[in-house]
Amino acid sequence: MNPVIPILVIVPLACAFLSMALGRFVRDLPKYFTAVVMLFLLIASFYSLINIGTGLSLYKVGGWEPVNKIPIGIYMVLDGYSAIMLCIISTIGFLSAVYSISYINRYTGEKYYYALFCLMVAGMNGVVLSGDLFNIFVFLEISVISSYALVAFGVEKNELEASFKYQVLGGIASFLILFGIGFIYWKTKTLNIADIKEAFKTGYDKTFYVFVQLLILSGFGLKAAIMPFHAWLPDAHSSAPSPISAMLSGVFIKAVGIYVIIRLFFNMFVISEEVAILITSLGTLSMVIGVFLAIGQWDIKRLLAYHSISQMGYVILAVGTGMILISRGQNRDIAALAITGGLFHLINHAAFKGLLFLNAGAIEYRLGTRNLKEMGGLSARMPVTSATSFIASMSISGLPPFNGFFSKLIIVIACVKARFYLLAVLAVIVSIVTLASFLKLQRYAFYNKAPDKENHNIKEVASPMLFSMITLGILCFLLSLLAFPSLRESILQPAVDILMDTDTYGLKIIGM
Amino acid sequence: MITYLLCFILFLVGLYGVITRRNLIKIAISLSIMEVSTFLFFALIGYIEGGRAPIVNPAEPNQVYVDPLPQALVLTAIVIGLATTSLLMAVIIRIYRKYKTFDIREIRNLRG
Repeated sequence: MNPVIPILVIVPLACAFLSMALGRFVRDLPKYFTAVVMLFLLIASFYSLINIGTGLSLYKVGGWEPVNKIPIGIYMVLDGYSAIMLCIISTIGFLSAVYSISYINRYTGEKYYYALFCLMVAGMNGVVLSGDLFNIFVFLEISVISSYALVAFGVEKNELEASFKYQVLGGIASFLILFGIGFIYWKTKTLNIADIKEAFKTGYDKTFYVFVQLLILSGFGLKAAIMPFHAWLPDAHSSAPSPISAMLSGVFIKAVGIYVIIRLFFNMFVISEEVAILITSLGTLSMVIGVFLAIGQWDIKRLLAYHSISQMGYVILAVGTGMILISRGQNRDIAALAITGGLFHLINHAAFKGLLFLNAGAIEYRLGTRNLKEMGGLSARMPVTSATSFIASMSISGLPPFNGFFSKLIIVIACVKARFYLLAVLAVIVSIVTLASFLKLQRYAFYNKAPDKENHNIKEVASPMLFSMITLGILCFLLSLLAFPSLRESILQPAVDILMDTDTYGLKIIGM
Repeated sequence: MITYLLCFILFLVGLYGVITRRNLIKIAISLSIMEVSTFLFFALIGYIEGGRAPIVNPAEPNQVYVDPLPQALVLTAIVIGLATTSLLMAVIIRIYRKYKTFDIREIRNLRG
């Protein structure tokens, strides 16, 4: 029983409640309180990342011990993979909360904003930590419902329309997931992921199995905005307040989408080659089409949102490649390399996409517009925003020495080693197109001459916003250190081992 | 088996409604139909032929009981469904105040 696990979920839930209750009496309390709580979560999650190492740790909710080696209570599991996700959530969450301190005063009802923010973080932490299929669904809904409300937080025409679309598609996704969970329970009579794994290993009906996998894949694929299900993402992510856009793009689609897909397909289902090929091709599709849709955008946040689809494509492509190799039973080293590349890119994407959305928010805060054509000449007026945005742009386009370069390099090397030359070539081409798209952003926003409208009274944003942007900018450099073998082995390798450990993972959890 | 099939048809009816209806309220109702079909499916998988409500009576050791877990899951899911539906309705009311219409064809600021 590890006491840190429930704390990571309970503390943000309590914070959400308290900011609503105490925010009536002390107006400024919620914003500082949220930032402090997120700092606490940051420390707790890094503590658990360092402590967990290659091990596993369990928390049985309500203290229900297994009977005859059959788990009956709800399990919460912390391992290397979920610890990495926790660190991503709390890092971006803390920086967004600090950023919000000066950003959100444009809106009314600040305390509702912070309450929803904490609920979203609590839900994501719950999804990441939960070892029980239905529990994943419940926490998923907690975070998704608060994100619906946060997307509509501006209550103007665009925000409401985006939120409506998001809710309808998100609702369909939830029912697909629920149906999938129902089918799994019907066949296996258990909801514990480790127990389901053991049940699936003993044999299964092939048609049923593929059907369930497709239900789960399309449900969580809708949440993660993989290509055929991406329609809601550009609207929702561009309409939300900027710190929330950073959370949604940087963390949310990973925690409730990609993380769960990877976790379930490695640690619950027995990997089959057809599904692995399907996942890889969906990833390639989102990678290629996402970037081409992004090129034509003039709304800065929509452009970034389309790039999120494309960059998530890289992660899914890398992980799918690993799955194909594992299912063919050949060369587990290359499979491990591909998965390492995918996870590394997941971490990096959180840093640079969070930073880019915070930059976009800073520009919108000062200029009041998101249209690239109305900007220009901002590099002299907003030097810090300009510099950090340049770092993030080069990072997402994969230029050395920034972090994006190393993760893309690992993915391309893994594809070449696995002899998927087409995928490697596509990954490089998409990276070049990304660079073109971000050069356009840099040029129009920061370096072009300002349009006839006078921009003289534009100045740099307030210090909490600068703090978040600078920290993320430094992270874009520091994360490239993860490419070095010693650091990679101590941080990324435990997560990859957990995922590659398809045979004994279930037994380990049941035995604890 | 026919009940499972009907349950799936109900799901498809809801999906059809979400895709084809033009009125925001009708879309919300179609989503609720999908939701209910999912709950029904959960109730069905917990049912055991001849089973009784799962309140164990020590006097009758041979009594068959239905599986209580799916019922608990459905209760949880109903609460979640309530939250999603009420939030969706709140957003629809706000949309109506801004656009003065429920017609989804006229609510299309966001494109591209």
